Amino acid sequence: MKKPKVLQRFKKVNFNEQGSFRTLAGLQQFAAAWDESTLRHLLRRTLFGFKQEDLNAWKGKNMAEVVQLLVSPSQSPLPPINNYNDASFSDPTVPAGQTWVNAPYDGNANGRRNSSLKSWWLGNLLQQTSSVHEKMTLFWHNHFAVEAVDVNDARYMYRYYSLLRKYALGNFKQLVLEITKDPAMLRYLNGYQNNKNAPDENYARELQELFTLGKGPLVFYTEADVRAAARVLTGYTVNATTISSAFDPNRHDTGNKQFSTYYQNKVILGKTGANGAKETEELIDMLFLQEETALYLCRKLYRFFVYYEIDAATEANVILPMANLFRVKNYEVKPVLELLFSSTHFYDPVNVAGMIKSPLDYCVGLCKEFKMQFPDSTDFANQYLMFDYIRTQSSNMQQNLADPPSVAGWPAYYQAPQFHELWINSDTLPRRNQFMNILLTSGYTRNGKKIFIDVLTYVNALSNPGNPNLLIRDTVAHLCAIDLTPEVIQFLKGILLSGQSTDSYWTDAWTSYKANPTNVVARNMVLSRLNSMFSYLMNLPEYQLS
Amino acid sequence: MKRRDFLQTIGPAGIVFPALINGFTFKAFAESPLVSALTQAPTETDHVLVIIQLNGGNDGLNTVIPFDQYDQLANARSNIILPKNKLLKLNGTSFTGLHPSMTGLQTLFNEEKLQIIQSVGYPQPNFSHFRATDIWMSASDSNKYVNSGWTGRYLAEEYDGFPTGYPNAVMPDPLAIQIGSFVSPAMQGPSVSMGMAISDPVNFYNLINGIQGASPNTRGGKELTYIRQVAQQTTQYGTAIKNAAAKVTKQFSGYPTGNSLADQLKIVARLIAGGLKTRIYMVSLGGFDTHAQQVIASATDTGAHALLLKRVSDGIKAFMDDLTFLNAQKRVIGMTFSEFGRRIKSNSSGGTDHGAAAPLFVFGNYAKPDILGNSPEIPLITSASDNVPMQFDFRSVYASILKQWFCVPDITLENVMLQNFQNLQVIKSSAPCMSAPCMSSNADVFPTSETTLVLTNYPNPFQQSTTLSYQTQGGYVLIQVFSTEGKLIKTLLDKEVTPGNHKITFENEGYAPGIYYARLQNNNQQITRTMLLGR
Repeated sequence: MKKPKVLQRFKKVNFNEQGSFRTLAGLQQFAAAWDESTLRHLLRRTLFGFKQEDLNAWKGKNMAEVVQLLVSPSQSPLPPINNYNDASFSDPTVPAGQTWVNAPYDGNANGRRNSSLKSWWLGNLLQQTSSVHEKMTLFWHNHFAVEAVDVNDARYMYRYYSLLRKYALGNFKQLVLEITKDPAMLRYLNGYQNNKNAPDENYARELQELFTLGKGPLVFYTEADVRAAARVLTGYTVNATTISSAFDPNRHDTGNKQFSTYYQNKVILGKTGANGAKETEELIDMLFLQEETALYLCRKLYRFFVYYEIDAATEANVILPMANLFRVKNYEVKPVLELLFSSTHFYDPVNVAGMIKSPLDYCVGLCKEFKMQFPDSTDFANQYLMFDYIRTQSSNMQQNLADPPSVAGWPAYYQAPQFHELWINSDTLPRRNQFMNILLTSGYTRNGKKIFIDVLTYVNALSNPGNPNLLIRDTVAHLCAIDLTPEVIQFLKGILLSGQSTDSYWTDAWTSYKANPTNVVARNMVLSRLNSMFSYLMNLPEYQLS
Repeated sequence: MKRRDFLQTIGPAGIVFPALINGFTFKAFAESPLVSALTQAPTETDHVLVIIQLNGGNDGLNTVIPFDQYDQLANARSNIILPKNKLLKLNGTSFTGLHPSMTGLQTLFNEEKLQIIQSVGYPQPNFSHFRATDIWMSASDSNKYVNSGWTGRYLAEEYDGFPTGYPNAVMPDPLAIQIGSFVSPAMQGPSVSMGMAISDPVNFYNLINGIQGASPNTRGGKELTYIRQVAQQTTQYGTAIKNAAAKVTKQFSGYPTGNSLADQLKIVARLIAGGLKTRIYMVSLGGFDTHAQQVIASATDTGAHALLLKRVSDGIKAFMDDLTFLNAQKRVIGMTFSEFGRRIKSNSSGGTDHGAAAPLFVFGNYAKPDILGNSPEIPLITSASDNVPMQFDFRSVYASILKQWFCVPDITLENVMLQNFQNLQVIKSSAPCMSAPCMSSNADVFPTSETTLVLTNYPNPFQQSTTLSYQTQGGYVLIQVFSTEGKLIKTLLDKEVTPGNHKITFENEGYAPGIYYARLQNNNQQITRTMLLGR
């Protein structure tokens, strides 16, 4: 197979001694030809897998049009519902099929509601239309990480998710202010316990270390700054009935808060009464005056969408201009994403296929690529069960939606030097392959319902499934971000042809099946070969790349 | 011991070590016949190290309790202090007791299979979980970024060129195993991870052996090569692990249930007894970030922290019993660590905030059964930011285990630990590395209980300056001054001195009034002195 055109257009690929590949490309608008391979690259990075139909529908649009559509918000989902009544438990306040998000807390129901929330969230990823919205919501979930197991009230988690989704493509600074007062976050990082008599530094520390400035080499805030910020943030309370937060002036430290030279010796004057809450805004203004805040967030976006390694050239040519725009646009996220997704750097061949799929990318992507059919919302109990199966698989591969391992999020997004290579190890890689093999062979069955990869329907939608060469070409182009070697292509064809070398053997088998699709023998003849071929193809390390 | 800070000459963070050794490039250095002989054949040993990570920052003062400081401690943390009459006593000491739920470790100590090392930390402690964990994993200075892990560097020294050419006849098994699904950063070698992760060795899944092609010169190609390597190791080591697990059909029956640490250690015992040549195992237990409600107020010896410590103690005890049952007890040394201890003073949420130094356990039949160091000194009046000052650098513990248990020669030890560290006696001097003894004479190792050092200061309290008087055996001397937050304020002396009495002055350079700790380290002994700076 010939290389995708995008790989042939650029020669700016350098190989340094440490075995890393670099590019000097910056954020100037991508001006080379816009074709299927560039479109696929964009869709792989911004969606959780894409269907062949998506590609066909978008083929006629230019880059600006596609980017514009991708960064447009998608509709908010309906809230999660009671899917969990069964023989041993019935929610006393929420009928089956109705939402529990406004119901009173119920210690017996809460575990089930948490599962409901997680299944529903996973369902939102599966049902995401062609927008980066859910992917950005996941980005913020990783950035402002909160663990459902710690919050221990699913209703808080629903509000937390809704907040992240509301601002996913909106204003970062506003989101920082809102998340500071978010009931789940107040609970998770002890903000509601932070009062004038007993300052709790937990949130004040993470606000600086993880949420805004980061801990880069040019960040010099002090332990005293952590304590001063903790004092600014004293007084927030959470109402467990309404799941809302409030500011209680009686719990607020009204003294002046002195910050270090890193913050230009800023003093936040202590305020009394309801004005005490204004100190929080002043604190966030102060954090956003630091250039490092925009830089830190842009590096994180870059690692989420492009690649984990940021060398000096990338810092200068990509991160700095991204951060400048971010500041100019008053921390609106959308313009920054538009800039990145339209840049020469983003489409540089050196960066294509350099991402390793996260477990959610892998699991949800697999379902979407094959248009896997789930029970619809009228059969909500089974629908949620199936969503939960996919969620559990991702969790076993070390990405448990709504329960990241810590307040720093998932290590694959921050842990140097391996970053997203951490998703792949000798435990998780076999799990990925097992999951795929189950869906491809037996499928997963619960309550008489089955979800599975329907390879016959998939192949039938290709341009010319009777031609083994074109069948393989189209499939590989869709499923693999990186070229396969001619030897592997040949091997795949060997599976399809059962070791024969004449293409027409496959063509005849396919024609025979198409002529008589209910004939068991004709059907199995193509099905068994396709299953083996797809299994081999998706067991290849190449399938792990995005 | 000479302190050779050659690492200081190395440039910015992130450069892969070793880049330079005493001015020679590593390549040139490795070409000498002596070094290549050392690096090509791994040291012959059947020793194993099991590392237990306590995630979240364990409250050391609620784990190992200083009887001699009990009243001050009760004053500093009245809402969580353990009842004195419930503390577990240890043979041969009236100064130190254990948390009431740690009966397993009490038994091990009294059976001479447990060492307690007091106040383990490092200068300039960091209070962030992630940064502090990185520091413990990488064994870097707290102001340096090192991307590789300490066990990864050790294994890279022992197994030249890994993973190219592995597994092989000399090393058919994984070099290091993490129980759980993530390979620990501690096992990160200079370029590749030296460890593998497993969560269930019996149902290990065999990957299909695939045809592989070249990879393109792109980032995608780089990641592809990485995944291919993992895929291959999975297949190869999967068999070795399965075979080892299959050899052990019966284990000690007394493992506790509902204890995830014990579950992990049980797998480790099985793999060790099954004959894996793997030297390093890592297991972990989370939940130690006890900011709030770490005890039940009405019965402070119960609650979240008590439960965690019980899991640690019961898990280790069952593991040791199992090793004896499986006749592998002489091959294993274990150690616990946590990214930091917690503050001396408790908070009003019934918990403790992020702190600095804390005690650490070394266990095994060959663990030196004593308490290294003194009880941490608890001031009469404490403030919220007060911390336990360090007595021992955690890297001294690592280095001592590598030297005394894995027989790592000094020159290699420097490559692994990035500097020279004080050698502590953590292993009984009778421990052999297979047939050959590991330590030639153990001449330079002194138990702290036999210290001959003296350190005083006058005047005390002081205002402008105070004069420290110290007596040494001669040789390398380090004198540091720490604040109550655990931060290194000043290094007064860092050089070789003659045996006998010496004096040095500590000037008040505008420090805040309060308590300061002077720490004298001379060869393998150390002592601390409390100094009071008046107004």
